[in-house]
Amino acid sequence: MSDNKLADAKAAVQGAVQGVMMKAIAVAPDSWIPGGVPDPLIVHQHGHVGRSLSRIDGPLKVRGAAPFAAEFPMDGMVYAAVLFSTIARGRIATIDAQAAEAAEGVALVMTYKNAPRMKPMPGFGSNAKAAGGASLPVMQDPEIHWNGQPIAVVLAETQEQADHATSLIDVTYEVAPSVTSFAEAKGVGVEPGLFMGSPLKIEIGDAEAALAAAPHRIDAVYETPYHTHNPIELHAATVAWQGDTLRIHDASQAVAHMAWSMGHMFGIGEDQVHVTSPFVGGGFGSKTLWQHQVLAAAAAKLVGRPVRIMLSREGVYRVVGGRSLTEQRVAIGAGADGVFAAIVHTGISATTRSNAFPEPFILPTMSVYGAGSFKLEVDIAYVDMLANTFMRAPGEAVGTFALECAIDELAHQIGMDPIEIRHRNEPDKDPVKGLPHSQLDIAKAYAQGAEAFGWNKRKAVPGSRREGEWLIGMGVATGTYPYHRMPGGAARMTLTRDGHATIEIAAHEMGMGTATAHTQVTADRLGLGLDQVTFRYGDSLMPGVVLAGGSQQTASIGASIIAAHALLVTELLQLAGNDSPLAGLKPDEVGGRDGGLCKLDEPERFESYASILSRAQRNEISVLGEAAKPLELQHWSMHSHGAMFCEVKVSTVTGETRVSRFLGSFDCGRILNPKTAMSQFRGGIIMGLGLALTEETLLDTRSGRIMNPSLSDYHVPVHMDVPEIDVIWTDIPDPHTPMGARGIGEIGITGVGAAVANAVFNATGKRIRSLPITLDKLL
Amino acid sequence: MAITINGTAYSPPQDARVSLLDLLRERLGLSGTKKGCDQGACGACTVLVDGERILSCLTLAVQVDGRAVTTIEGLSEDGALHPLQQAFIVHDGFQCGYCTPGQICSAIGMAAEVRRGVPSVVTADLGADAPVLSDDELRERMSGNLCRCGAYNGIIDAIRETYATEAAE
Amino acid sequence: MTPFTFARAGDTAEALRQGERAGTKYLGGGTNLVDLMREQIEAPTALVDVTGLSSGIEETGGGGLLIGAATRNTAVAEHRLIRTRYPLLARAILAGASGQIRNMATVAGNMLQRTRCAYFYDEAARCNKRAPGVGCDAIDGFNRMHAILGASPACVATHPSDMCVALAAIGATVHLQGAGGARTLPFTDLHRLPEGRPDIETLLEPGELITGVELPALPFAVRSTYRKVRDRSSYAFALVSVAAAVDLAEDGTVREARLALGGVAHKPWRAFRAEAALIGAQPSENAFRAAAEAALEGAAPLADNAFKIELAKRTITAVLAELTGVSA
Repeated sequence: MSDNKLADAKAAVQGAVQGVMMKAIAVAPDSWIPGGVPDPLIVHQHGHVGRSLSRIDGPLKVRGAAPFAAEFPMDGMVYAAVLFSTIARGRIATIDAQAAEAAEGVALVMTYKNAPRMKPMPGFGSNAKAAGGASLPVMQDPEIHWNGQPIAVVLAETQEQADHATSLIDVTYEVAPSVTSFAEAKGVGVEPGLFMGSPLKIEIGDAEAALAAAPHRIDAVYETPYHTHNPIELHAATVAWQGDTLRIHDASQAVAHMAWSMGHMFGIGEDQVHVTSPFVGGGFGSKTLWQHQVLAAAAAKLVGRPVRIMLSREGVYRVVGGRSLTEQRVAIGAGADGVFAAIVHTGISATTRSNAFPEPFILPTMSVYGAGSFKLEVDIAYVDMLANTFMRAPGEAVGTFALECAIDELAHQIGMDPIEIRHRNEPDKDPVKGLPHSQLDIAKAYAQGAEAFGWNKRKAVPGSRREGEWLIGMGVATGTYPYHRMPGGAARMTLTRDGHATIEIAAHEMGMGTATAHTQVTADRLGLGLDQVTFRYGDSLMPGVVLAGGSQQTASIGASIIAAHALLVTELLQLAGNDSPLAGLKPDEVGGRDGGLCKLDEPERFESYASILSRAQRNEISVLGEAAKPLELQHWSMHSHGAMFCEVKVSTVTGETRVSRFLGSFDCGRILNPKTAMSQFRGGIIMGLGLALTEETLLDTRSGRIMNPSLSDYHVPVHMDVPEIDVIWTDIPDPHTPMGARGIGEIGITGVGAAVANAVFNATGKRIRSLPITLDKLL
Repeated sequence: MAITINGTAYSPPQDARVSLLDLLRERLGLSGTKKGCDQGACGACTVLVDGERILSCLTLAVQVDGRAVTTIEGLSEDGALHPLQQAFIVHDGFQCGYCTPGQICSAIGMAAEVRRGVPSVVTADLGADAPVLSDDELRERMSGNLCRCGAYNGIIDAIRETYATEAAE
Repeated sequence: MTPFTFARAGDTAEALRQGERAGTKYLGGGTNLVDLMREQIEAPTALVDVTGLSSGIEETGGGGLLIGAATRNTAVAEHRLIRTRYPLLARAILAGASGQIRNMATVAGNMLQRTRCAYFYDEAARCNKRAPGVGCDAIDGFNRMHAILGASPACVATHPSDMCVALAAIGATVHLQGAGGARTLPFTDLHRLPEGRPDIETLLEPGELITGVELPALPFAVRSTYRKVRDRSSYAFALVSVAAAVDLAEDGTVREARLALGGVAHKPWRAFRAEAALIGAQPSENAFRAAAEAALEGAAPLADNAFKIELAKRTITAVLAELTGVSA
């Protein structure tokens, strides 16, 4: 190829997003792909990255001084309370708000009759910046779509007055037929599920035939229930119209999406919506756009005053969707050597007609193991309920439960160690896409984990270890979560003459330690001290469309900062000119050290930022970097893995299960900050313990109403449920990601359900295929 | 009468419906105390009343008329952190930070209970004068404070270290 | 919450005067009442704070204890005489709720707390407790937590208290004060079974105030305990709980036993039949299992809670075995 043609081809690859070009991206030379040239920070071993730094916002948080969405005072503010429907389907026949309107302190009662006209909520996937949990109109008509739908909002001078007034509203309904049970919904008929626009269906070879012919077979159905995220911070917003601008203090993991979506609904530009969210009290997928922010903004517009809305805990269950239930068949056929001839992973999940999110439980099965044949499919059944959504590791959290239990069942049948059977089926390339792995060291994670956990003490025969009334067992499972990076990352980097760098990006802090880790990264990239870097985020006016979801925020920020840094260095070299020790160097030949730039392989060729800027008579330089398109995702198979080890005690008297030990051994690329990473892993594992043992959102099949909308009746793990959790990692960098890191927010929860269930089997000989593993199932 | 909050006297609210939590957050600007359920199921609203840990969401403000309330804002006078606050930072006893003030106030109240010999349901010997503060004792006693981020290990580490330091003094 | 007035009673007489007015409720720690008011399930027009009255624990002449109605749950559980003489009561209280709630809740308030049935809490559901005669959505709904003993077609809710299970086993006496003067009630008679009127939960007269609870001398309660089985290891209501005390004669046989169950009925459930079955028995797993069978005689499960019958039997058997040193 001539240089021109080569440049054209490279440009074509880098411009490609879909279709036939996917193939071109897959076969393109590494160097054309983001991450093709490893991030120089990966080899930078003596900086801030990789050190256990305490959270820089820690002092604020322990003093209760970090402000959350409902904690921004506004002059003249009124409080909102919401009334919810008590039927699943139908329409409001009458709604009488006179008594409420007349109640003390009430400023406004808003119903569909007087709400301002708005476009329907843009559901996720309908636009790159759509942030809505469902694509329904919000209080625009008398139609009821689910039991618990908001039907009125009261604004009053105090929360007490607003809450009381909602009880004075009289509503009657015309009830329409509804489908509120999963069984009935399946009977009505199922449809193929789509995920990000593609069918959740993969067939490679004839898996059913291979299964039938296999000497060893497991074929079982696994069930997982509805789940609710339950961050401790209630969903809240403080909202005001300031002229034509809508100001929202939100609890959001998607500020830029939020600004666009609200602008879309109210018919104003996204730049007229200013969303900030400096601290989010936990999200896990739930802190996106739901009706409460829209209702607050609409009511604020009507009343002409700022509004604070904080949903009650019941309100969160009625308004903010959770994880849907699944019914999964996993069938694996294998030879006596344990090698998989066939993997069948099919099943059904419930969803609604107003959102596009079938729980994609086959995702882990698409990458973790090789097999002679595959048949993978997610079908959907429609239930008249609150729209479901993504919750920590959608797909993988519950998909690994079914897959990894089935593998444990197969290993038991063959009489093979559960770790060994997994080794024998480790794929040498992506089993579905055929792409090479960017980095895969799960075998090392297993070896280290088994050693640290004492796996060799496990007794292969179930029920053979007992202490008093307690049976003791060990289980293992593989966790997995992909590396993601979504388009839209961008960051502004500003360097001042005093050698201080400020990053601005519309990213989020929900507890991941975002500002801390990226202060470390930026400091290393620029060769600055931690106190010479300010990381600003959580503001829709800042650059970037960065979802804190899909464990992709770190990669998105990292790639944005890489882009900004490249521009900054280019400009610095231009400013440095011919009188600098750096004269004649190209941007990729220099790096940061000690408050300035140096030649990478000749560090004594150095000039400080202060010196460069002073000579150029500049107080600061500021650049806006836009992250390269995430082509790496179509060039490599990029996945993190975890080897999850669990020990349980099961009471022979009561059937109670207690997790006595847990160890997660992770292969997740480079760990940027061990202290905050440890917390991320543990947090995921603990949510996984809840998934395994206690958590279930109860949807009454008669009414479609959630019957345990509280933290007393929905059991998240408490202190007493959680032992000391050990976490180790390979710390092997992924050569093709920013910083060599892969996101770690979600992988912790994956594989945990199966590790617990497999340990319960090892303890008792009872195979529980339906979550949660409550004591009645073990009596 | 007055409610003393972090050393300052305030009049009780006219509206008897106002909870201590909403008095703090919405009327006095003391938003360090958090609302996570408003129904006594999460512990995020824990404050100290006359040194005892209670839930401010289920306490009517008028009920504490004449009593002394300490909130998270009252722990770090003149900017110096309470040793337990410092330990929470060192041991990463939080992620999002929302349940944190409640965890810290609860742990301080708990330590006082232990000092005066209050047993827990996992205390083997109910007749003992001073409970042995094992990790299970700490976990049981702190189980009224939920942390959905799952910072439980760090929280227990922070409390253990602070308590051990105190016991040694 | 519906607006209400608030007053603090300076003494019992003042409380009773204020309590006579319709729509008035006595307020203890508020851990249940304030929640129910916020949910609009309770809507008193006046609250009388009675926490300033009758708190404290005194020895009675005969070796028993009189606990003031306003004594906080923590104060009861930490009291040396409770811990040493009535370990089942200390353990029951400590198994309930959380440290914070135990610091707030009073003894009388604990007794008068209302069911946690989800259909009772949900305004959209039918509930005969909230609106007598409308029907019960729990009977054919989620009823994993519900009653297996003493329920009626009108109500299958359970009483959520742990403390009360121990009081039932101890055979406490409730002291009451009303417009007509003072009276006492056996604790096991305080709470009603639902029958046709689940909205009437106790034998208290309107305006009547609990002033205390008296624990009789029960020397053998030093050999007693409380075991609670629940869906997570702390801070959850009981699926089944067992309070038990056993008195062994010199020959090793059971001279007397006390047994009560929680989480199984509309009231704390004293298992009189099982107690009778134990008298004279040589401690053994078989004897305890037989007593457990007697305790659960007549149990009627709903769709989701049949497991409670076996769970209760096993838990009773294990608790009695633990108290008598029989290896399971």
